Amino acid sequence: MMRRKTRLAACIVLAWCVAPAAADAQGRGGAAAPPAAAKASAPVDLTGYWVAFISEEWRYRMVTPPKGDYRGIPLTPEGTRVANTWDPAAAEPEPCKAYGAPAIMRIPGRVHIVWQDDNTLRLDTDAGTQTRAFRFSSAAAPAGPATWQGSSTARWESAGRGTGAGSLTVVTTNVRAGYLRRNGVPYSENATVTEYFDVAPHPAGGQVLIVTTVVDDPRYLQRPYIVSSHFKKEGDGSKWEPSPCTAAW
Amino acid sequence: MGTEPVHGRLVVLLLFALLTASPAFAQIDLAGSWGATNNEDLAGDSVPVDYTGVPLNPEGRIRALSYNESQYSMIERQCQGLPTFYFVQGPFGIKIWSDTEPVKGTTIAYTVGAWENRAPFVIWMDGRPHPSKYAEHTRGGFTTGHWEGNTLVAYTTHMKAGFIRKVGPPISDETTMTTRFYRHGDVLTVLAIVEDPIYLAEPQIMTRSFQLQTADLSPVGPPCVSAYQGRMPGESVPHFIPEQNPFVDEMTTRYGVPRDAALGMPETLYPEYRKKMKPGAARPGVCTINCVAAPPPANR
Repeated sequence: MMRRKTRLAACIVLAWCVAPAAADAQGRGGAAAPPAAAKASAPVDLTGYWVAFISEEWRYRMVTPPKGDYRGIPLTPEGTRVANTWDPAAAEPEPCKAYGAPAIMRIPGRVHIVWQDDNTLRLDTDAGTQTRAFRFSSAAAPAGPATWQGSSTARWESAGRGTGAGSLTVVTTNVRAGYLRRNGVPYSENATVTEYFDVAPHPAGGQVLIVTTVVDDPRYLQRPYIVSSHFKKEGDGSKWEPSPCTAAW
Repeated sequence: MGTEPVHGRLVVLLLFALLTASPAFAQIDLAGSWGATNNEDLAGDSVPVDYTGVPLNPEGRIRALSYNESQYSMIERQCQGLPTFYFVQGPFGIKIWSDTEPVKGTTIAYTVGAWENRAPFVIWMDGRPHPSKYAEHTRGGFTTGHWEGNTLVAYTTHMKAGFIRKVGPPISDETTMTTRFYRHGDVLTVLAIVEDPIYLAEPQIMTRSFQLQTADLSPVGPPCVSAYQGRMPGESVPHFIPEQNPFVDEMTTRYGVPRDAALGMPETLYPEYRKKMKPGAARPGVCTINCVAAPPPANR
């Protein structure tokens, strides 16, 4: 009897140890069960209205910096050459160049995040009226011409079952060439954007959204360009005010 | 027959274990040398009156405008150092390590190594309480931490009064800070939320990212040695009459930043403030100073 109890006790300990791994394997889409829809398996809720809190790099984001101000951006010689061709007095034929995926989260404005369907998270911006679709499907992104917001694939990073914590990782490619900074600092169509979305409580009772953006561009950047932006959650869309892209900032 | 109830209880326990087990190690490893990318200018200290992005209240603004950087020539202030959260703003990388309890192997504390002008940031993980409100305040303050999923959350109290930006915006000794460390592979993003009921109109939010590097960073800064720099101990403290600060319009003339924004008016931290700005009023010329921080070596 004692041996049986000992074996059962050992089973309990073993189960305690392996249960999380088993649960994770199921979450990753093991053969036994189809993967849960991204919406249903979301470890954090990113939906809602968020306003950019411009407490950093105000002079690069709220006004157009002077020509030649590339401070902090690790440009290649070719990137520098292209940035130097920017003419602040010339009319910009493509006003959305500063609103592409590599730079859009630095634009002062609001974002609205909703579930477009069970496996697509949509992020709209009021500044520039841009729409980004984060697809959780493992299928290849539909081919097509490059766009300002490119093609994005997404996945959750869960901190573990039952922790109520985690983050979103988004990888974006197939972007149209544009500006990392309004004063003509370029990114190319070869740029890849990797973003991490995290949330934290705000002391006043709301939430803070933190977006870490990593831009890799073999043409114009010597090394990854990494910035983190933050937003405060708003209770509703009463301050949502779509406006077109503008180069006259 | 007498073993069946015991057996049944154990099966129930087994099921309970399967249903409620959580990961044994939810935490991630933060230890290592995290290099500064400096892709963002978070210091904002290149112009004497650059309070952009700092939500100052009127008292904080007056204190800031009275500040004169020549105060650093005073022997008694040369080594006063900067608050803990300067590691989110300053230009250097950070080294993080953990101290473990020798028998159980549990983490007693994480430490973010010091710089020459910033004390070590020790995050106590062993459940000790914060000191009494009457306890001594130090430059580094007192910090406790815990894990929320994969995020290390730290809370700091007992800091000395100082600056939230090197050019003068103040913080009081009632300031507290909540810090969160998010690791995504080789990228570490730190969120710091600073609250000060005396000088800030609302909590200040700062985020900064670091990149893991193989080169070892120093865990300590060089010692600060004060020396005579033109002012003897006891001489007057360099300062400005707030409304006569000669640098109040430098951000406007150099970068086209409106004065309200340069002075840290809270409403200027929100996008709708752009509506109050005249379109094109800030149309730039050519950058002539502090333009390039990371040029390719071939250009030098």
